[in-house]
Parts: sequence; structure tokens; C-alpha cells
Amino acid sequence: MMEKMVFGRYIPGDSFVHRLDPRSKLIFVFIFIAAVFLANSTLSYALLLAFTLLSILASKVRIGFLIGGLKPVMFLIAFTFLLHIFFTKEGDLLFELGFLKIYEEGLRQGIYISVRFLVLVLMTSLLTLTTSPISITDGLEVLLNPLKKVKFPVHELALMMSISLRFIPTLMDETDKILKAQLARGSDISSGTMKERVQAVVPLLVPLFVSAFKRAEDLAIAMEVRGYRGGEGRTRYRQLKWDWRDTTALLILLAVIIALWFLRG
Amino acid sequence: MERILSLQDIRFSYTPDDPDSRFAVDGVSFDMQAGEWIAVVGHNGSGKSTLARLIIGLLFPQEGTVGLFGDPLTEDNLWEKRSQMGMVFQNPDNQFVGATVQDDVAFALENNGIPFGEMTLRVQNALEQVKMDTFLDHEPHHLSGGQKQRVAIAGALALRPRLLILDEATSMLDPQGREEVIRVILELREKTGLSVISITHDLEEALLADRVVIMNGGRKFAEGTPQDVFLKGEALTALGLDLPFAMRLSALLKEQGIPTEPGTMTERKLVEQLWTLHSNR
Repeated sequence: MMEKMVFGRYIPGDSFVHRLDPRSKLIFVFIFIAAVFLANSTLSYALLLAFTLLSILASKVRIGFLIGGLKPVMFLIAFTFLLHIFFTKEGDLLFELGFLKIYEEGLRQGIYISVRFLVLVLMTSLLTLTTSPISITDGLEVLLNPLKKVKFPVHELALMMSISLRFIPTLMDETDKILKAQLARGSDISSGTMKERVQAVVPLLVPLFVSAFKRAEDLAIAMEVRGYRGGEGRTRYRQLKWDWRDTTALLILLAVIIALWFLRG
Repeated sequence: MERILSLQDIRFSYTPDDPDSRFAVDGVSFDMQAGEWIAVVGHNGSGKSTLARLIIGLLFPQEGTVGLFGDPLTEDNLWEKRSQMGMVFQNPDNQFVGATVQDDVAFALENNGIPFGEMTLRVQNALEQVKMDTFLDHEPHHLSGGQKQRVAIAGALALRPRLLILDEATSMLDPQGREEVIRVILELREKTGLSVISITHDLEEALLADRVVIMNGGRKFAEGTPQDVFLKGEALTALGLDLPFAMRLSALLKEQGIPTEPGTMTERKLVEQLWTLHSNR
């Protein structure tokens, strides 16, 4: 199941979108999310959808893979679509079957909301699919830098994020090991009632927490020995480069927003 | 020869307020010259790791002074002294800070404010020294234990330290990983004359050092060249230390009436004695 999950996964590649600076991608996605709410006519929604599909093409991520991985979200989209169809009672009556009445406005709203939802999910997935988590962290750190003026711990937050990301696979391995060790002792988390299963998770979590704290302590000492004294006076090894691609991407987005403005009903 | 480390009558207790507690390190002194390799050997709880932490200033002794590169170590010059030392710990996973190999090697450089241009050169250079330069973008969970420890050594080397401390750096590795790490250290010493303190309970590893300090119960039990120190044989096994394999074998052979020279430490020497045995008769 985890294999097919697209949300939050990174697929390395070499495309226009992959090569964008994480800062421009983050700015792009944030502006895009806001811009989605500008659309209110069929043409404007069509433009959004077309633009999203073009972005996916530019990223060279396979559309089939993307759609396949978003199945759980698709269910949610279908659900909101149906809600709108059945509960909006405006416009002309299109179809009637017993107590089911579908109105024109309902159909339209259903499609609009689904497209809006779909476009948002696709764009944000595209961000995480084409940007490694560590680049996203770097981009965020730089973008949030102005917040340092109000004493917001930007550097610490970014370091926390990058260390957590780095330890996810380590802790996954550890969980697997503990799970096997507990299975060998006769613990069973895959059968029994809900209550029994939840109880069986406890002997899994306790050793995991203990070792995570131990690791944190070791890591803190290793960091201190290597001269870590907080963000001040530090230089950065990861350099972000803003080039013509980033400017182009944001200009295209600007053009799309202007077009959206004119296509509004 | 420059003296880079001098410990003078160091005493340290983790619970100094408790009058009954014993000192984890109790009156230890020794000096170290630039370019030397000292192995600190001892059983669990002998105070050898505490000693390493006192040297790098993670702990400060209650009595005695730690002299580093000519001056005593104090709270004020701690960071400056620390930037001239590198330390590699036991658990390969718990000292890997960066998301990839190159980020991890750069970590200490970033902390010390080295400019970007110089940083890339030093990272590349340090990774070449430990033969990990083709792994720049690898993530830690795709590396073996030995590879992770080599990256940790590179992370220390990038700062161009004058003293490298290995705190049981090979004890969690498989034999192959252990050999990788030891080979890297040997090569480094040959090429750069780096000074090394290795804390270990592996006497085979201690054999490679110029000098061995044996710790027991927080005190210095013996000090000298590996040859001198291991001649104590029985006394070391009484401390819970395992003698090198060649030594044990030669002692057993002697019991069986096969004459071997006392103080045979390496397998090669033992083999040499055995194959010349017949012709000597």
C-alpha cells in the first residue's frame, strides 16, 4: 500500500520542474492555491485544468502514476461531487428519478468544486514529487528568513525538520526490528479485536521511544562536538540558485492569473 | 616534537556531591606528542569513554587540568580548541546529522563558518581521504556501518583537526567494516601524520598504536608500547580484557611444549616462528 502512495513522496528526475529552485516552486504553489479561488466560470476552470496538466507534462511525471496514487483522494472528490449534485436545488431540472432530482446548477457546482479540488491536489503533489524533502526544507528556511526579525526560530525549525526527515528510515527499520522481536515473543498485532490490537501496539512503541530518546542524546553530543552552537555565524553548504527557469515559471503563472481574471464570469 | 595533549592528575566524578561515589576517572595523567597514536584500552566502566569526553570538553574534571595544544582547556577557549579536534562515536547512525553524505561532512564546516567555496573543496577532499568520494549524494540508510563511520571520519577530517579521537568507533561494526575503518586510519596516519587517540576494548586494534594506556576502575593501570604492556598477559586477562589471538595461541602452544618466544603479538610473527621451528632444531 505504501508503495503506491503518491502523497509526500519524492521521485528523482531531470525535468524543467525538477530543476526549479525550491523557493520558486513553493512561491508558485502558494500563489497558485490562492489563484484557484479566482475561477468561477467554465472557461476559467478549463484554463486551470489545462494549466495543471501542462505542468504535469513539464515535470515528466507519468499521469497514470499520479492518478493511480491519488485514488484515496479521488474518492473524496467523487463524494463532494455527489453531495453537490444532490443537494443544490437551483436552475433547471435536468433529470428526475423517484426522489432523486438533479438540477443544472447542482451539476455545474459539482464539476467546479471537483475540478478545483483535483487541481489543488495535483499541484501540491507535483511539488512534493519533484522536490526532495530536504530541498523543500531549505526553500522554506530561506523564505521564512524575514520572520527571524520577530524572533521566530527559523533555523532551528529547519534543522529539526531536516533531522526528522533523515531519521525516518532509521526509525522505520527500528520499528521493523522491534516488531519482529515482539512477534518472536508471541505478540500479535494483526488479529484480535480492535482493543487487543491497540494494546499490542504498546510493547512496540515503548522500546521505540526509548531508543529514539537515546539516539537524540547521542546526536546532540555528536553535534556539539562538531561545533554546533545554533544558527549564528553558520555558513550554508546547500546553496539555492535562482535562474531563468524560476523567473519564467513565475511569469507564466502571472500570465495565467491575468487570463483567469479576464475569464471570470 | 610538539606536545599536543597533556593530562595532569585528572579526577572526575559524575556525582561530585555524593561523598560515597567513586571517581569515574581517578588521577589519570599522560602526555601525547604530535603524530602519535595512543590506544586507551579498558573493560566496560573503566573510565575510558569518560576520559575521551574530558579531552574534548564535553565534561570538565573536578581536579587536574586538560592541556590541549599548549594551553589548558577552559570554558572560554572550548570552541576554539574543539574546532581543532575531531571525534567519532560508537553508533554509526546516531552521529549522522546531514541528509546525505556530503551534507554530513559539511556540517562541522557550516558550524565553524567556513565560506562556501572552500567548503566544497574540503568536503571533496575529506571524502577522497576516506574513499567515499563517489557517495556524495547517498543517504545514510543506504550505507553500511563501515561506510557511515568513514563518513563520520571525513566529517571530522574536513575541519583539518590536529587530533582525532575514536570513541569505540569500530565496536558496532562487522569484521569487514572494522577493517575498512582501521585501514583508513592507518593510511591517514601514513599520509598526514594525524595524531589519533582510539578508545577501544579490542586489543588487536590496540596493537596498531604507538602507545597503549590501560585503564581499570578509573585509574591508569599500565602505559607503554603494546609489546611492553601485553607482556603482562595474565594481569590483563584478570581485568577482563581479551589478549590478542596470536598471544593466546602462543601461550597455549608453550603449554603443549612447543617453544614460542614470549611476547609474540601478531599472527605473522607467530607463523614465522612456527615454520622456522623445525629447521632451528
